[in-house]
Amino acid sequence: MPAPKPDLNTPAIMKLPEKERKCVMDLEFMRANHMQLLNDWRDEVVRNGNREFTGAGGKKYLASLQNTCMECHSNKTKFCDQCHNYAAVVPNCWGCHLDREKKQVARAEAK
Amino acid sequence: MGINRREFLRIAGLSTLMGLGGKAAWELVFPGQALAQYTSKPGALVAKRWAMVVDMRKMTESLAAKCIEACHSAHNVPNMAAPPVDPQVTISDNQKNRWQMKWLWTDSFEHAFPGQEQEHMQERLHKMQFLLLCNHCENPPCVRVCPTKATFRRPDGIVMMDMHRCIGCRYCMAGCPYGARSFNWRDPRPFIAKLNETYPTREKGVVEKCLFCEERLAKGQMPACVEASQGAIVFGDLTDPKSKVRELLRTQYTIRRKPQLGTNPHVFYII
Repeated sequence: MPAPKPDLNTPAIMKLPEKERKCVMDLEFMRANHMQLLNDWRDEVVRNGNREFTGAGGKKYLASLQNTCMECHSNKTKFCDQCHNYAAVVPNCWGCHLDREKKQVARAEAK
Repeated sequence: MGINRREFLRIAGLSTLMGLGGKAAWELVFPGQALAQYTSKPGALVAKRWAMVVDMRKMTESLAAKCIEACHSAHNVPNMAAPPVDPQVTISDNQKNRWQMKWLWTDSFEHAFPGQEQEHMQERLHKMQFLLLCNHCENPPCVRVCPTKATFRRPDGIVMMDMHRCIGCRYCMAGCPYGARSFNWRDPRPFIAKLNETYPTREKGVVEKCLFCEERLAKGQMPACVEASQGAIVFGDLTDPKSKVRELLRTQYTIRRKPQLGTNPHVFYII
């Protein structure tokens, strides 16, 4: 079975001009190390109170899974889950952190 | 041919330097590469020692309810005592008490300040409902007993929780003399009336409490209860002699909860 490709087609990403469609670090780094980066964010925010992260391009981001990552990657099932399922890893982020997807689906259904 | 003596010494020396010096040595060899990527946000409220004064002369019951509502809705605090409507389920008072999630709550003078009550007290004290929360002690027993350092004291005095580390042993609940900690006996999500999407919820099996709104301070905002209190709660830096907190402590007589226990609580009450 080929590895699934994360889906980047979300409204927040599509709204950005082509040149600015960049993650906090470059693609290769994020693909290999996003779990380590998220752990570092967690430790810096909770233990040291450092909430600002300077990305690869020198741009500053709020270090927050729920408020920064999920802002762009609002499609959790297509962006997070399908690779995690493929790799058989079960990160426990979502026990507490809210994803925006359910609400969007609910809204779409309401329409 | 292997490496010669000179080469071996060079590699050994460099590795020792790395091993002993760690990041500092890395900085020496490749300066500027390990720059601080993490900084605190500009505009954040900072203090050397945060403290709170609750002015009970201004705090009415309806105002207290507003403060509690502001706090609990901002932090996704579940209301376990009022489950989703199901006529099959009845909850005893004992269970209600056991499941109650308390970040900010009210109680009577006798319960809040045991040992300071008398048989013949000023009458209004009997009726007063005191607004209670985590006291952010200088010497917090919850921090001392936490086996995973999930609860720790920040340099600015806030007794902070790292929910990622909490294993739900509830030692802190046994340690806290103020009842300021609540355990998630069940998955809290179905019991949250309206989710605040910018703040996480908790999971079944962790303990939670008031964190002096450290996430709001980091954004330059006052705690949610202070904002909702219409001036009845004052929050500020205890080490700054010009702060509002110090001014109140200087001019008014204040009491604290169970000071005899030596925890040095930092929430003060003007009666």
